[in-house]
Amino acid sequence: MEWDDDAIVLAVRRHGETGAVASLLTRSHGRHAGLVHGGQAKANRAVLQPGNAVRAKWTARLPEQLGNYRLEMLQAHGAAFLDDPARLAALGSACALAEAALPERQPHPVCHAALAALLYALEAESWPSVYVHFELALLRDLGFGLDLTACAATGRTDDLAWVSPKTGRAVSREAGEPYRDRLFRLPAFLVEGGEGTGADIRAGLELSGFFLQRHVLDPRHTVLPAARGRLVGRLG
Amino acid sequence: MVGPEIERLIQLLSRLPGLGPRSARRAALRLVEKREALLIPLGQAMAEAAAKVRTCSTCGNFDTIDPCAVCADPRRDPALLCVVEDVAGLWAMERTGSFRGRYAVLGGLLSALDGIGPEDLGIESLVARAHAPAITEVILATPATVEGQTTAHYVAERLAGCGVTVSGLAHGVPVGGELDHLDDGTITAALRARRVF
Repeated sequence: MEWDDDAIVLAVRRHGETGAVASLLTRSHGRHAGLVHGGQAKANRAVLQPGNAVRAKWTARLPEQLGNYRLEMLQAHGAAFLDDPARLAALGSACALAEAALPERQPHPVCHAALAALLYALEAESWPSVYVHFELALLRDLGFGLDLTACAATGRTDDLAWVSPKTGRAVSREAGEPYRDRLFRLPAFLVEGGEGTGADIRAGLELSGFFLQRHVLDPRHTVLPAARGRLVGRLG
Repeated sequence: MVGPEIERLIQLLSRLPGLGPRSARRAALRLVEKREALLIPLGQAMAEAAAKVRTCSTCGNFDTIDPCAVCADPRRDPALLCVVEDVAGLWAMERTGSFRGRYAVLGGLLSALDGIGPEDLGIESLVARAHAPAITEVILATPATVEGQTTAHYVAERLAGCGVTVSGLAHGVPVGGELDHLDDGTITAALRARRVF
């Protein structure tokens, strides 16, 4: 068994004295772990940082084995943001969330594309909005996408201001007003595009966090990663 | 082939860093051959270390006295506090001989994968120490990794109200490093941290 793929490093565990087990989000093979011989060596430690884009070659005798990775760095996203606490928190949160939410060895090319887009977007000022879109893309690709196209109650496609926590569907301002204390606020940038304000980002993170927890993490009896909590704290 | 005592010695030695079963067997053979010169003094030294070594209640270093020799040294600069991940980091800093302040050992790094949160690290005691009027600067010497710098930013945030200058080690080209042999991340970090010549 052997394949080559583009990947993003999600997490790394030490294995023995010199090796490491790397969990990568690959373009065509999903979240996939493998042993990196010499993964703790000085030359490999810089490559095995969460968020780094790599070219991965995986080899194993049988497909069900852990297998071995040979990695070549494509883009050192991790090193680019070491001095920027908010961007570093976003990078750490995105990788930890993908590691926690995605099933192993099931292709999720959309999630790979969304994470890659986020890592490049971290250079831009609008990265918080892209981060919220990344979490919603993760939800959508896992089969729990929110329907933000039309009001669940009236069918209206304009003036959407709320999201129902029960259905994950948008609700128009007028229809949702009597229930506003039970609904999530729908930030305008998720419907109209563009960049969200600080309050919009917080609302977006609250929305995506709720549905990620309920649909993806609760069934696995786990919670949102601490790294995400630190990101929310930093943006709050 | 060998008795249970020697087999146990080999097993224990093979658990040390840098030693596998084969090298542990060689080390055990050498110890047994040089019983008077090596095995007995080593056994005594290990028993003595096991009885006397403790963790410094101030900084987290290992020493036979508490507070440790570094914390108790009056010639050390009390204004400088260097935060390191573990005792290996502290010893690495001491090896350079270029830092004359004191230390705080965190005992790990924030890690989502390993479930290590702020409450698992020595951050509370660090913040309490940083409130001391004598301390004017805290140097964050955590590793230049995503986890290391995430921890450093968190610690810096926690130290914000302590009235101390918080600084961090520079990241970049190592001494003797040639650009074409460096990884992209190091060059990127060095470029971002460039200084006026």
